This record gives sequence, structure tokens and C-alpha cells, in this order.
Amino acid sequence: MAEKQFQAWLRPDGRKGIRNVIAVAYLVECAHHVARRIVDKADDAEVHLIGFPGCYPNQYAYDMMEKLCTHPNVGGVVLVSLGCESFNRSSLTRAIEASGRPVETFVIQNEGGTAETIRKGLEAVRRIQTVANQTPRGQMDVSELIVATICGGSDGTSGITANPAVGRAFDTLGALGAACIFEETGELVGCEKIMASRAITPELGAELEACVQKAEAYYTIMGFGSFAPGNAEGGLTTQEEKSMGAYSKSGAAPICGILKPGDQPPTGGLYLLDVVPDGEPRFGFPNISDNAEIVELIACGAHVTLFTTGRGSVVGSAISPVIKVCANPETYRKLAADMDIDAGRIMEGRGTLDEVGEEITSLVLDVAAGRKTLSEAMGHQEFILTYKAFDPVGPACLPLKQF
Amino acid sequence: MNFGPFILLHPDDNVLVCREHAAVGQVVSFDGADAILSADIDVGHKIARYDVTIGDKVLKYGAPIGSMTADAKRGNHVHMHNMKSDYISSHTREATGHG
Repeated sequence: MAEKQFQAWLRPDGRKGIRNVIAVAYLVECAHHVARRIVDKADDAEVHLIGFPGCYPNQYAYDMMEKLCTHPNVGGVVLVSLGCESFNRSSLTRAIEASGRPVETFVIQNEGGTAETIRKGLEAVRRIQTVANQTPRGQMDVSELIVATICGGSDGTSGITANPAVGRAFDTLGALGAACIFEETGELVGCEKIMASRAITPELGAELEACVQKAEAYYTIMGFGSFAPGNAEGGLTTQEEKSMGAYSKSGAAPICGILKPGDQPPTGGLYLLDVVPDGEPRFGFPNISDNAEIVELIACGAHVTLFTTGRGSVVGSAISPVIKVCANPETYRKLAADMDIDAGRIMEGRGTLDEVGEEITSLVLDVAAGRKTLSEAMGHQEFILTYKAFDPVGPACLPLKQF
Repeated sequence: MNFGPFILLHPDDNVLVCREHAAVGQVVSFDGADAILSADIDVGHKIARYDVTIGDKVLKYGAPIGSMTADAKRGNHVHMHNMKSDYISSHTREATGHG
């Protein structure tokens, strides 16, 4: 296995990052072009574009932006505002300053327009990067890592190879003290009883069941169909079988708690991220694409995300690297340059779940130590953030946290 | 553990999962004995690891994924024709957008 300690950036707020990203954030779509041009002109793999397009206020979006701008992988921030949007740029600026990170805010309406703001923003990126580059380096242990997992572009092989292999890696990383986060409550329908039995308290077990029931009700209103014919052609017979395939990413460790987007895991161990909004559906689908979910995992502090795919998604993410674990050997042969791990070889007897699980664990540690993932090296920095609404988690969801 | 074209996902399972196409009449060996396939089995599909009878829970990933609606012999295909979901009809709607 790779080294369990590695060099990290030691943030003034005490957290430790495995990357030193400068985030350039637009606070409304009207500022998106200016922010994107700043990032384009910076032409630096460590300068990432993030943002929120909406003009109407939304507490979830604000909280997400605050968590993302103060993420341990972020060394400093440039905020780009049009000027009249409702996003509370002053509050966000203060929160970033309070975390000890350098931040500069530019309001296009006050800076002289597009060209002037791009020019000033680019200069700010250079200034902030100079400060961020002076961030002290120091030792980080695997027990301080937060690792997330998501599946997308799934097929009949996902639940056999990549997902359980990630589960093996989660078991290993969790035993070493890392915090591991899985998600997809909508695809845990049928797994809620067995999942609840892994909860560290009966009250948490009840909350796990309730959050799957919430997902089921929400998706029903969204109008999702039933078990698809393609699932059966691929060998899946029942809903709970399909769900178990996704669920197998969670491994076998006890479940320590439920997080909502932006909540930080209070300890090491295994957590479920509840991505389905609370209350009546108001803003549409919970997450309109995989990257919205990856961003939520990163807002929970994830340093690195394990993305399992059968059909062959190629995405990465802004802020935290994404490791692609390919479930299907045919897909791997077609998209090898995009796939960090060939889990499909298990299908062909060229490896075992334990071997691939160990390979994933080693790669997580190597990436934490600085090795670039394939999507990262190719410049994938997808980011999406939309409107949602959540109630805070209660004490039953986080038995190990001091409320 | 690999058994020729099949794989065992969890020691408690009573089904094996096909990892490469296996043809009707093919002899496969697992758990120390042979079985002759009575049907073509495609990648991702399941066969019975033991003789199972109607009402038995089907275990995959070490978890129940439904119940048998007919008996199946060791090595028989286990699918829509002989097993069903244990979930009530309200659970037949699902979220596929994430997966």
C-alpha cells in the first residue's frame, strides 16, 4: 500500500488540503463570463471556476458556496459579482476572511465593466496565488482524509465490480480513520432495512429508513418511471437488487451518521449524504446531473471522490480530484485514457474485488500525496450548483457529534 | 471467488453472477461439484448456487434481493421467471437519474 502519511497544505483554520486551488467564483450568471475569462487567462491548472447562476436568494446555495470557498483544498478566492444580484457577497467575503484565506471581491458594475473586471480579477488571482503558495506544508495522515463516492453511467457490471471494490476501499480507509461518504438515497430504495441495521444507534437507523422513504416520495412526484427493461436485460431482476448494486459502494462498516450537503463529518468512519431536499418539492430534481452531487460531496469536505461508472462517464470536478473506477471491461478498452482504475477486469477473472479494492485505496493515498487523476490532468473542472432547500440534521443523525 | 464464468459476490449468497457469456449445456464447476447449464446465461445474470425452493429468499451481496416464485435446481437461471421483489407495489417506482 502507498504511504499513509503525505504532505498537505495546512490552512489557518486548522484543516488540511491535498490541493492548493484558487477558486474564481461568479455570484450570478450575469458575472459568469467575466469569471470564466479570468480563469481562462490565468491558464493555470490550479485556478478553478465555480459559481451560482441564480439571482433569487437561496440559503442552500449560499451555504454551499461558503463551504466550497473555505474547503481545505482551496487556498484563496476571487469573487465576481455583477452588483445587483441577491447573493450576499459581503457575508461570503467575511466568511472566507474568517477562515484565514485571502479573498478579493470585484463588483462589475463598480469596476468599469467586463474588460476592467477581467483585468483586475486576473491581477487578483496572481496576488492571491502568491499568498496561497506561502501556505505552510506539513504532514497529513489518512485518518484526516475525507473520501466520497458516487456512481454514474451505471450498467449491469457496476454493482458487481466497481461498486463493491469501492466498498472494499471504504472499509480499509474507514478502518484507518478516514471519513467516507456515500450517497444516492434515491437508489437505496429496498436497502433501507439492511442499511438501518448497520447504524451505530437505533435512532440513526430510524433516520436512515426515513431518509430513503423521503427520497422515494420525492422521486415519485418528480415522475420517475419503474424498473426499466434494460435493467432486466442486464441481469437485474428486482428493485432491491438494483439498489444493492449502488449500496455496495458503502462497504461493510458501521454507519456513523447522516450528512446533508455542506455538513462536515464530525469523526472518521462511514456517513450517508442525504441529497434529497426536505419539504415539498420546489426546485425540481434533487440533482440534475452527477456533478451537482459531486459538488455536494465536496461541500462536505471531500478531498477526493471515487466515481464508479459502467457506461463510461468522463467527468472530473472543480476543487477536489475525481478518481474514475470503470466497472465494465468493454468500456475500459474504449475509454482507458479516462479511467484511473480498471475494475472491469474482475469480470474477466484478471483480478479480484480485494485486489481492485487495494488498488483504489493505494490510488486514493497517491492522489492525496499529489498524483494527478486522469480527469484532473486533462483539465476536467465540472461544477454545477442549483436551487435546493434542506432542514438541518437533528442529533439522531449524528450520534458522534457534540451538538 | 471465481467459478469459471461465474463469480460469488458474498459468502452468504445463494446465487452466482455471470461475468462472461455461458452457453446452454456448458459444464461449470463450483463449490466442489459440476453443474450443467440449462439455459444460456448472459453477463450480469444469476444462477442458483444451491437447490432453492419457492419462497426462499434470494441472497446477493449477502442481502435479500427478492424471493423465489418457483423451485430452481443448482445451476439454473434465476431471473424474472422464478423470482420476484419482496417490495410492495409502491416501491416499484424508483430513481434512475442518479445511476
